[in-house]
Amino acid sequence: MKILVVDDFSTMRRIIKNLLRELGFNNTMEADDGSTALPMLKSGGFDFLITDWNMPNMEGIELLRQVRADPELKELPVLMVTAEAKREQIVEAAQAGVNGYIVKPFTAETLKEKIDKIFERVAG
Amino acid sequence: MDNDETRLTAQLALAQELVEHLQNGDEEGARLVIQQLRFPYERELFEELGKLTRELHEALQSFRGDSRLVEITQDEIPDAKERLSYVVTMTEQATHRTLNAVDEGLPIAERVHDSAVRLSERWGRFRRRELSLDEFREFARELDAFFSATGQETERLRSLMSEVMMAQDFQDLTGQIIGRVIRLVQDVEENLVGLIRLSSGRMEGAVAKPVEPTVEKAEEPARGGVGPAVPNTSDDLGDVVSGQDDVDALLSSLGF
Repeated sequence: MKILVVDDFSTMRRIIKNLLRELGFNNTMEADDGSTALPMLKSGGFDFLITDWNMPNMEGIELLRQVRADPELKELPVLMVTAEAKREQIVEAAQAGVNGYIVKPFTAETLKEKIDKIFERVAG
Repeated sequence: MDNDETRLTAQLALAQELVEHLQNGDEEGARLVIQQLRFPYERELFEELGKLTRELHEALQSFRGDSRLVEITQDEIPDAKERLSYVVTMTEQATHRTLNAVDEGLPIAERVHDSAVRLSERWGRFRRRELSLDEFREFARELDAFFSATGQETERLRSLMSEVMMAQDFQDLTGQIIGRVIRLVQDVEENLVGLIRLSSGRMEGAVAKPVEPTVEKAEEPARGGVGPAVPNTSDDLGDVVSGQDDVDALLSSLGF
């Protein structure tokens, strides 16, 4: 399972990578915004995308849209982990095809629960 | 050109008239001619004064009309102060959370370390066959207790380390809030520079440039993300979820 973690704050990327390692996911890579993440995703091999929303250049919501618009990537499970907490934004992400939405600050348990749920659905 | 020439001829005629009046000692006549001579210059002066007044009026209007500055001073500066105070609170909480975990973790590490030192000394005596049977039984009991306690305590340490790690999420959250305040400061700077350019332009009599429209800059319409919602700011006006449970409820209402 290869996972791409996208956040403009390196501290948050480290936290998420650490949590993923605790959950048994050791194959993770990082990108600091949508515009660097997209070419990485397009080059292939990723099974899961975890992205922030509020980032320079290309925001997470735009990255999500681009992923869904790409025939190669459109099935990629996407979990949004963000401080954006407006209801309209959550609805927007849902409409854009997000698979899970976590608001910061979050706990290790929440991350595990949402990842489990996403893979249950993908498998089922 | 023709106008200028007529004006000059008229003025020359008036000047000759003035000389005549003076030569004849006709003071009253001379005064009237001087008034006539002055007239075109007075008109110019009034016109200039009128222009200045109009420019001043326009400058004041555009200052008043630049609602961005008004908005900044009335709403966004107080908002920014609230955001920065919130950053102070968040960093304080994160530091306490970290220090609490360290306060609890250090004695655990010390306990495990002390027990290990004590037991390894006993282990050395056992290897040198210096322990009596009773001492060995006691040692074995202590080893059992040590193994089971160490299992629990290192698990507790692991969870405290995890707590320390999660506490560091403040850097992302406060970073986003501070980033927003920095964008406001830039906006204020641009508006002030515009204002200075406006006023200095008028003073030099140059054609004044209107204040560059900076409206909506802080809103950054292209940027959907705004960072964490901060209490007691304009964020309260938006419809914001209170936490993960709220998000889950909203998503499940959407069929997730």
